[in-house]
Amino acid sequence: MHNTVALILACACVTYLTRIGGHVILSRFGEIHHRAKAALSAVPTAILTALVAPSIFTNGSAEALAILVAGLVALRASLMMSVAAGLATVVVLRALLA
Amino acid sequence: MSEISRFAEISDGVKDAAPVLVAVAPFSAVFGAVAIEQGLSFQEMLLACLTIYAVASQYVMVELLGQGVPAWSVVLSVFAINFRHVLYSAAIGRSMGNFSGPQKALAFFFLVDPQYAASEARAARSGLRPTYYFAYAATVYVTWIVTSSLGALFGSLIENVERYGVDFILPLYFTGLVVGFHKRPSFLPVLVVSGVVSLAVYFTIGTPWHITLGGLAGLVVAAVLSRPESDELGQLEQKNA
Repeated sequence: MHNTVALILACACVTYLTRIGGHVILSRFGEIHHRAKAALSAVPTAILTALVAPSIFTNGSAEALAILVAGLVALRASLMMSVAAGLATVVVLRALLA
Repeated sequence: MSEISRFAEISDGVKDAAPVLVAVAPFSAVFGAVAIEQGLSFQEMLLACLTIYAVASQYVMVELLGQGVPAWSVVLSVFAINFRHVLYSAAIGRSMGNFSGPQKALAFFFLVDPQYAASEARAARSGLRPTYYFAYAATVYVTWIVTSSLGALFGSLIENVERYGVDFILPLYFTGLVVGFHKRPSFLPVLVVSGVVSLAVYFTIGTPWHITLGGLAGLVVAAVLSRPESDELGQLEQKNA
């Protein structure tokens, strides 16, 4: 029981370290190189793409098409609309393909 | 800050978090149910949700606990899965000029994937302020605690969520966010390389390394393609300040 609590708290500590660590390390440097800036500016695109990529290929065609629809809609409309369009695609196609 | 703009910041934060809640709720409810099934007490389940607040790594923790794996390797696995947060932290920290020291320290606790993504989008659009950040964080965090508790208490009642596509909201949400960054420098090369490397790692080394390695590959591309005279980033920073 106590071991489990200690383990949970240890997991919480390392998780917090990952969340504050990047900022703490980076703020040690004053002016950062333009390449480092470019890399940081690409973090959301790079990480989120890496996060999503497998879900295009590890599910069915309904899910892959839904990702495509959500991406295209997001070019023109709001995020909410994009998610709604992707969701509608996945629900309809799953029902049709099932 | 005036009362009106503070209210606008809060309502934007809650509004932006809304689509995420529908996606978070089933994950956390299932986590609550699984944790109990694997032998955690309700209090231990709640402690994990309150203090760790990273659902993927919590699943792994509970799974490894159930297998009786040594404690150090459980902690190491959690660290590995959450390692991507180091990049979030370094990136979003630059947009936290409006945060005090203690606010920053607290803010980083809440830096989950959707929080990071929404904060980047907010910073690019109108600047990131603590009120918005914490309104978004509170909305997701409270939902997370409530639904995981409900999952723990009524786990057996959860039915298949696939029919409503709820299981697929997060990938869609992240896709929409990625496209929202399409005006950033080197968007397309970063997208393609991160995607390809992520897939290659996913099908060879395996999850969760596809996130960190695929992401890093994209960052290398952005760094390599960067030019000193392109001042777009500097302008972006000024806008965020």
